[in-house]
Amino acid sequence: MRPTVATRVLRAIVYVGLGLLAALTLTPLLWLVAAATKGPDDLFHYTFFAPRGTWANYQELFEVFKAVKSVNFLRCGINSVFVACTTVLVQLFFSSLAGFALAKYSFRGKKQLTVLMLSTMLIPGQVVMAPLYELIYRMGLVDSYLGLVVPGAVSVFGIFLFRQSITQMPDELLDAARMDGCTEFRTYWDIVMPVSRPMVGAFCLISFMGAWNSFLWPQIILHNSARFTLPIALNQLVGIYQQQYGTLMAGTLVSILPVVVLFMLLQREFVAGLTAGAVKG
Amino acid sequence: MSAPQRTRADRWFRVQHRAAPYLFVAPFVLLFLTFGLWPIVKSLSLSMYATSGPKDQVFVGAANFRFLLGDPDFRVAAANTAVFAFWSVFVQLPLALGLALLLSRSWLRGREFLRLVFFSPNLLGQVFVGVLFSVLFVPQYGLLNNALHGLTEPLHRYLSFIPVVELDTKWLANPALVMPALVLTSLWMYVGFNMIYFLAALQAVDQDLYEAATVDGANGLQQFIAVTLPGIRPVAVFVLITSTIGSFQLFELPYIMLGNGPGPNKAGLTIVMYLYQMGFVTGDLGYASAVGWTLALGLLVISLAQMRITGAFRSNTE
Repeated sequence: MRPTVATRVLRAIVYVGLGLLAALTLTPLLWLVAAATKGPDDLFHYTFFAPRGTWANYQELFEVFKAVKSVNFLRCGINSVFVACTTVLVQLFFSSLAGFALAKYSFRGKKQLTVLMLSTMLIPGQVVMAPLYELIYRMGLVDSYLGLVVPGAVSVFGIFLFRQSITQMPDELLDAARMDGCTEFRTYWDIVMPVSRPMVGAFCLISFMGAWNSFLWPQIILHNSARFTLPIALNQLVGIYQQQYGTLMAGTLVSILPVVVLFMLLQREFVAGLTAGAVKG
Repeated sequence: MSAPQRTRADRWFRVQHRAAPYLFVAPFVLLFLTFGLWPIVKSLSLSMYATSGPKDQVFVGAANFRFLLGDPDFRVAAANTAVFAFWSVFVQLPLALGLALLLSRSWLRGREFLRLVFFSPNLLGQVFVGVLFSVLFVPQYGLLNNALHGLTEPLHRYLSFIPVVELDTKWLANPALVMPALVLTSLWMYVGFNMIYFLAALQAVDQDLYEAATVDGANGLQQFIAVTLPGIRPVAVFVLITSTIGSFQLFELPYIMLGNGPGPNKAGLTIVMYLYQMGFVTGDLGYASAVGWTLALGLLVISLAQMRITGAFRSNTE
């Protein structure tokens, strides 16, 4: 059946509307990319890209910033990569292992543990900020990577995510592995993890973004600028380069690039993982 | 089977099978008890102490909470946060649902691409968005003022009721405009994020129901009310509650955009910013815990009310 004229007009309107909204959404990002290539004179003179681009903003960012305020932006980037990757690996291992146990074993205290986990999920993280800081202080972990990573080493959200996906795995698959003489850990490592690959991809991205974009906890814990992560370093940059928007935009662009690249790689899994808990839950 | 080594291997195999779940949850339980549960318990007691840094503590009982409820700064913070949450829920969620409805039309081409575009702002953390938008909001030269000025000036000439947006509109220095700026920024960030949830929910609605409704002569609006809304209710309630909770935890966006402070007239002071300032700038961890618990209890009440109103406790089959 061919759509009527009225339907076609309506559809055209929808296309135009969505197109405009999409352009509106992308504009700040495009402006960011453009602004990072412009010198101070061109920045507001040309709305987006100037006819001649410059690398001066990056020079400022990586060299002058270090000299003036001894915040090494490159070093902060490496710190961010290190902290985010460590968080992802630790969270992934502990969450999937515990999720596997909750999904496929019956053991004493399982129900109580689940209820306990669920009820702590309802309490916002800021509630524990003060006692957590006190604890980290007593452990002597203030201003250390360990103090940054360890409190977030387990993700209750991740455990439920993995429990959800592993529950759907057929028991025969696991029993077959056991028949072949696999220990329980081998079963987890060689069967459960490879089969839940989509969920692993989704979780890695969610967990990476959480660690990468984290600001409040690092801001509280870190004092020495050699250990700053990118959000902290960028905030310092704003304080110093108040009017040098080009440098600020270059710093912002550098800071978001790794997440964008990772997202491109894991896009499909990400959307599936994000909505898994909500839709099936 | 009778060889002794074999039975020993069997026994070991059974033992590791029985021990496995305990070993698997052990690292989690250990970390969870130390860094998850203990701080929660501890924060309850800490909220009854006046502290100065992590070392000096004096028991003050309920004084923290009494002071909190009378503190004009806390009232400002709570009011600002509530206003922000109100706009987030009542503007952002309908927009997200509307977008999802459009993007779920089967005749629409480029759906995957549009979904990606609308979601993309969510990749940026609030700190990075805050820095970017504080530059977009710059008076005189900033992109936003120039675009709005260019748009509203010619419109005003023909339709005089449309106000002209002046080029030197100071979004982040004028107390009346701080909240609109924050809401606008968070709209850009989160509409696409919530849209993803609605899209997934819409895809899960039974398509046969639409056909049945069409046969019964239901028009688009009737179908939306009778089929779509009940079908997406569980997800809609989930999105409503999580985005309310998220809005009440607003901190980084205003903190960055307003230059690490509450902004002009404290127009951008939020509850978590207040908690951070009292706990980690002033150094009263006990008071910060009291603020945290007040926030948690408030959120609990709001979430329960939302569940009641939206009928989350009703079964989905009636």
